[in-house]
Amino acid sequence: MSSDQPTPGDAQSTQEARIGSGADDRFNSKLREAFGSTPFILTKFDKFMNWVRGSSMFMLQFGIACCSIEMIHTYAIKHDLDRFGAGVPRASPRQADVIIIPGTIVSKFAPRMKRVYDQMPEPKFVVSMGSCTISGGPFQEGYNVIKGAEEVIPVDIHVPGCPPRPEALIYGVAKLQERIANGESSPVTVKPYELEQFGDLEQDELVDKLASEIDEEDLVMRYNWADAP
Amino acid sequence: MHHEFRWTLSLAIARSLRLSTAHSPPEVSRMSLEEPEPSTHGDVGVTEDGLDYAALEALIGDSVIGRESHVNADGFVVRPDDVQAVLGTLKSEAGFDFCSCVTAQEYQDRYESIYHLKKYDDPTQEVSIVVPSPRDDPHNQTATPVHQTAAWHEREAYDLVGIEYDEHPDLRRILLPETWQGHPLSRDYNQDKPQIVTLREHANPLQEDARSASDPDTMFVNIGPHHPATHGVLHVKTTLDGEQIADIEPDIGYLHRCEEQMCQQSTYRHQIMPYPDRWDYVSAGILNEWAYARAAEDLADIEVPEYAQVIRTMSAELCRIAAHALAMGTFALDVFGDFTAVFQYAFRDREVVQNILEDLTGQRLMFNYMRLGGVAWDLPEPREEFFEKVRDFLDELPHKLEEYHDLVTGNEIFQMRCVDTGVLSPEKAKEYGCTGPVARGSGVDYDLRRDDPYGYYDELDWSVITEDGCDNFSRVLVRLREIEESARIIEQCTDLLEEWPEDDREIQANVPRTLRPDPDKEIYRAVEGAKGELGIYIRSDGTDKPARFKIRSPCFSNLHSLAEMSQGEYVPDMIASLGSLDIVLGEVDR
Ligand code: SF4
Repeated sequence: MSSDQPTPGDAQSTQEARIGSGADDRFNSKLREAFGSTPFILTKFDKFMNWVRGSSMFMLQFGIACCSIEMIHTYAIKHDLDRFGAGVPRASPRQADVIIIPGTIVSKFAPRMKRVYDQMPEPKFVVSMGSCTISGGPFQEGYNVIKGAEEVIPVDIHVPGCPPRPEALIYGVAKLQERIANGESSPVTVKPYELEQFGDLEQDELVDKLASEIDEEDLVMRYNWADAP
Repeated sequence: MHHEFRWTLSLAIARSLRLSTAHSPPEVSRMSLEEPEPSTHGDVGVTEDGLDYAALEALIGDSVIGRESHVNADGFVVRPDDVQAVLGTLKSEAGFDFCSCVTAQEYQDRYESIYHLKKYDDPTQEVSIVVPSPRDDPHNQTATPVHQTAAWHEREAYDLVGIEYDEHPDLRRILLPETWQGHPLSRDYNQDKPQIVTLREHANPLQEDARSASDPDTMFVNIGPHHPATHGVLHVKTTLDGEQIADIEPDIGYLHRCEEQMCQQSTYRHQIMPYPDRWDYVSAGILNEWAYARAAEDLADIEVPEYAQVIRTMSAELCRIAAHALAMGTFALDVFGDFTAVFQYAFRDREVVQNILEDLTGQRLMFNYMRLGGVAWDLPEPREEFFEKVRDFLDELPHKLEEYHDLVTGNEIFQMRCVDTGVLSPEKAKEYGCTGPVARGSGVDYDLRRDDPYGYYDELDWSVITEDGCDNFSRVLVRLREIEESARIIEQCTDLLEEWPEDDREIQANVPRTLRPDPDKEIYRAVEGAKGELGIYIRSDGTDKPARFKIRSPCFSNLHSLAEMSQGEYVPDMIASLGSLDIVLGEVDR
């Protein structure tokens, strides 16, 4: 409390009383001035929620390949993603809203990544980092490489680069915040690789061959490399 | 130095505390390791001027069915069912105690496994054991009983090329999923065929029926593949007996992105060089590039100008500092959850190094700076400014290292967690083919920069760091002390570069635009990467692309020793061991 508080009885509007005086009063803000004495904000609840979501994003602590090194640098001391309201890496997918996919996705990992994504609560957002998550990047022609994260899960923001600089990732995250605040929803992947039960796969030569090794109920991902972009 | 005294003191306290707990692993006496035992190995074939291959051939006599000459060493072609006998004899009689790498490949008419043997005492003494096997039914005897490290190498060879190893203890796929069809580096593999990969639910270990029948008290726990302590996408299958680890199996391949295939379909001159940056990607790029550069230059007889060698040496050591800083930062994060101080400090220092490297190469992480025959360009202008930056960094380093010692090695919690946990004896380290700080932390005095010199290292004054503790603590200590040595190297290089006469600054040798090494030339060459011996095997077939490109990754072999370290330890100690191994999955899986 500052010492120049008006004594009770002084004539003063409610607004003045709330705002107080003195430039250094830390409760004064543009917002406060705009609202005046009204202690209420009128907005759509959805809009408010979107604003909250965009301003406090919990990121999943998720490292895959080289890009994750630059991702760590983005969280760490110089670039400090936390300044943008998006720097709380959570180790558990169940506590995270945003997943940054930093690296090459290969056949063995894609089902696991899908599972991790499925474990995140809605609404959830995906930032794909690096050329590998766009197209497979330098490893696009590899026999084991998924040609982009969108083959597996829907992606909101693509950040190109190999690896993207931390500044680029921050820009991507800021763009995501903007989209969330505007209530833009996630795109849908076209023809993603899904996890399905082995028994539900269409019968063909490969399925017959593996029938003795895999249970009907086992979840599997089937890669049709020939159709990949 | 006062801080050293401090940590030694609290180290002693930590030790005695550890010893009083019941489960403490066998105490390895530091004293006894100080003097290397006199070698019991024979030294057949060792002469003043190099190896006498004829004597070696006489030693393994009847098993030899042919001779080959590789650029790095001579090779003996041996019968597929004599592998163990040959490797065993060479190990005990001729001292070849290090199976550096196993390369498998398919020719038009046969399959072939090459065992690249070396000596820990002198890695310039090399011999290749070439084992052919028929195309229609490729199999040969396993080398696992002689060299433990071969177990994983052979699993990889089976997985990617398709050679079967008889009597192998556990011949399964290692990098690709179990349900994969075909062997992708074999000649008739069709990469467009669909594949099915499973996501199996692991049985809930708490359920009665999921407990192992033979030992109902054990419990199965998955760590990874998505887990903050596994440094990327590693899956560790652990079986616990109470809180102690009864069995452990690292499951790798979650980042197997076909690096060897990529290099085999790229041209020598320019296309391959960007890939090494992506093997060990924690800023160790230039160290990796050097591995390829060294192998390819020796293959194509390219001389590198001295000035370029100095630049290479300097930039490579900068990379080593950045890599070791990351190793320490993430290790602190694993061991005492320190996301605030040590981790951030380490990244602060990495930023400085990355800035310098960015000035030099134009990139923060994927440098692509070396060229066959030299480097891409000279130091940035104005040179004085660049030198000043480097010197500023070096000047601050001792103070920062002292800070690290205060925060990390002098920290009692850290010592309690790391001293005498994850013990790896020097014998075991050699058996598993460990190299780099992992081997040196077990007292194995092996560093290719000194033992098989390349670049400008042998002209400079620096020393190889070893620690005899054999535990998690020693491995971290080795890395921290290596930073000091790297700084010494960089300083000397900077002096040299500063005084280098202006008209003699040749950064690249004259190399033809398209390289076509002679057909059937084979080479295996290694450099000291951030994690240890990073080797490359190349076979040329007369075209401008390698016919076989095999990467010997230090992390792969180092990770293999995890089971040895964590047997009977608690889970958190295993996490500490994993951190102290400092693996990079990009290099493990390639
Ligand atoms: S985009 Fe480049 S840096 Fe990122 S994971 Fe892929 S290869 Fe690595």
